[in-house]
Amino acid sequence: MSRWTEEYFIEKGLLLTAISSIIIIGLIIIFIFKEGIPAIQSYGFFNFVFGMNWSPSEGQYGVFPMIIGSLGITLLSLLMAVPLGLLCAIFLAEVAPARMRKVLNPTLQTLAGIPSVVYGFFGLILLVPFMRAQFGGTGFSMFTASVILTVMILPIIVSVSEDALRSIPHEYKEASLALGATHWQTIKNVIFPAAIPGVITSVILGMGRAVGETLAIIMVAGNVVQIPGSIFDPVRALTSNIAIEMGYATGIHYNALFATGIVLIFMIIVLLIIANYLHYKKKVTIGGGYL
Amino acid sequence: MKLKYGLGVLIILIIIIALYGTINTESQYERIDIAGSTSVQPVAEALAQEYMKTYPKVKINVQGGGSGLGIRSVSQDIIAIGTSSKNLKTNEKGSLQEYVIGKEGIVIAVNVNNPGDDLSKEQLKDVFSGKIKNWNELGGPNAPIDVVVREDGSGTRKAFEDMVMGKNTKVRSDAIVQTSTESVKLTVKQDPNAIGYISLVHMSSDVKVVKLNGISPSLETIVDGSYKLQRPFMFLTNGEPKGAVKEFIDWCLSPEGQKIVVKEKVVPVTT
Repeated sequence: MSRWTEEYFIEKGLLLTAISSIIIIGLIIIFIFKEGIPAIQSYGFFNFVFGMNWSPSEGQYGVFPMIIGSLGITLLSLLMAVPLGLLCAIFLAEVAPARMRKVLNPTLQTLAGIPSVVYGFFGLILLVPFMRAQFGGTGFSMFTASVILTVMILPIIVSVSEDALRSIPHEYKEASLALGATHWQTIKNVIFPAAIPGVITSVILGMGRAVGETLAIIMVAGNVVQIPGSIFDPVRALTSNIAIEMGYATGIHYNALFATGIVLIFMIIVLLIIANYLHYKKKVTIGGGYL
Repeated sequence: MKLKYGLGVLIILIIIIALYGTINTESQYERIDIAGSTSVQPVAEALAQEYMKTYPKVKINVQGGGSGLGIRSVSQDIIAIGTSSKNLKTNEKGSLQEYVIGKEGIVIAVNVNNPGDDLSKEQLKDVFSGKIKNWNELGGPNAPIDVVVREDGSGTRKAFEDMVMGKNTKVRSDAIVQTSTESVKLTVKQDPNAIGYISLVHMSSDVKVVKLNGISPSLETIVDGSYKLQRPFMFLTNGEPKGAVKEFIDWCLSPEGQKIVVKEKVVPVTT
């Protein structure tokens, strides 16, 4: 085989693999829409998305409380995981001695590798009774779910942010220190701002996992279809709704679950657009800082 | 390096072919697939195991998935026998044949530390509808009642609602939803203020049984009908069953099969 043909085949092969992932996503989206649209058509778009009542046995398919549930759980967990994760990443990238890093990094990787059902079970056995004792109610709540999610997305945020912080050129740090800035001033004013696009990427990835998480949430969130009055009220997420009722659904109920999937896809797209916009904006203002 | 990969692929291929061969030789057995209600699953498994011991030529594969899945899969001919723990709606029935293999009680369970142990059916209805919200209205301590239910579509939930709630009363909308009998039990075990319903098969000493109108659920009270919360366990086939499937169902309904049913704490069909 001549060098030219080899090059040709490798090139086309790579193209094929790249295209196949797009085709697969395309097929999945087409299928979900094909199955979900009938429910939205027959029940009405506004009734479906803004309906407050989900009770399939009575023909009620309103997903609004679950949109709130999903968003609430995700935002609450990001609120806890982002500061914690960023500080942890800064510590690992800038402060921690090499020996400590050798212990912490594998620990975080293990945390990321634990299957979600284990987190869910842990939450159900330990966290739910704890929450009941501390905050009253049943212990199944939006807050309990967010705490579990926080632990689940923490490793993603830490490792991706740490990489971003580490990839800042050494000259930046050296220049800042040479100008008389302290280590903390350098981190705060030079390294962290330059790493922001990477940090935002880590938050996007964490958010993606939080929105998509199903099993652990089913086990600790209580799965009540309602708009929560406080963060200690039980909620149901969109993903949980699909998983819980999948086995029973027939007819329009079955379509309504796919329509729930459509809502979920749109929600993720909107969140991604917002996150990417921030990413893009920061990239411009930081200028040369983006790597 | 390339050779190594090639060798690896070859070995994997050989293993796959070998596995395929062994699976193929099994196809000379008669195979019966059963799926559906998770409540019926333990009984169906016990029946299948015993049956396979006596008739080794038949291979029975039992799966869960819920009554709805059982009904749907059997009407689409995906499986030979669907199981259901609720009566079929008229639009679900189609050409399905029903075989009641046993009856089962639904047990109202509370935390072991709950002092109360007797409710009337009216009280039960009021608790689950949200009319009664505090245990002190039932003579208990001053604590809110945490109602635990199963998800919409569950056979146990359907049966409970049909028998207790009736047509016009709904279960309170802020009741905690758990997705299996075991997780309902776990919740009730942990929460001193919880009340939930589980099937008699899954009953254990982790939780406390509540008497209904003074009658506690047992095989005897279900047989004589004095315990009201009971429902059928059904095998469903699409059309008249034939061959191995028919033999299996006949065996389940025979005294031999019913003995297994009793062993699983399910009430046999009185014939």
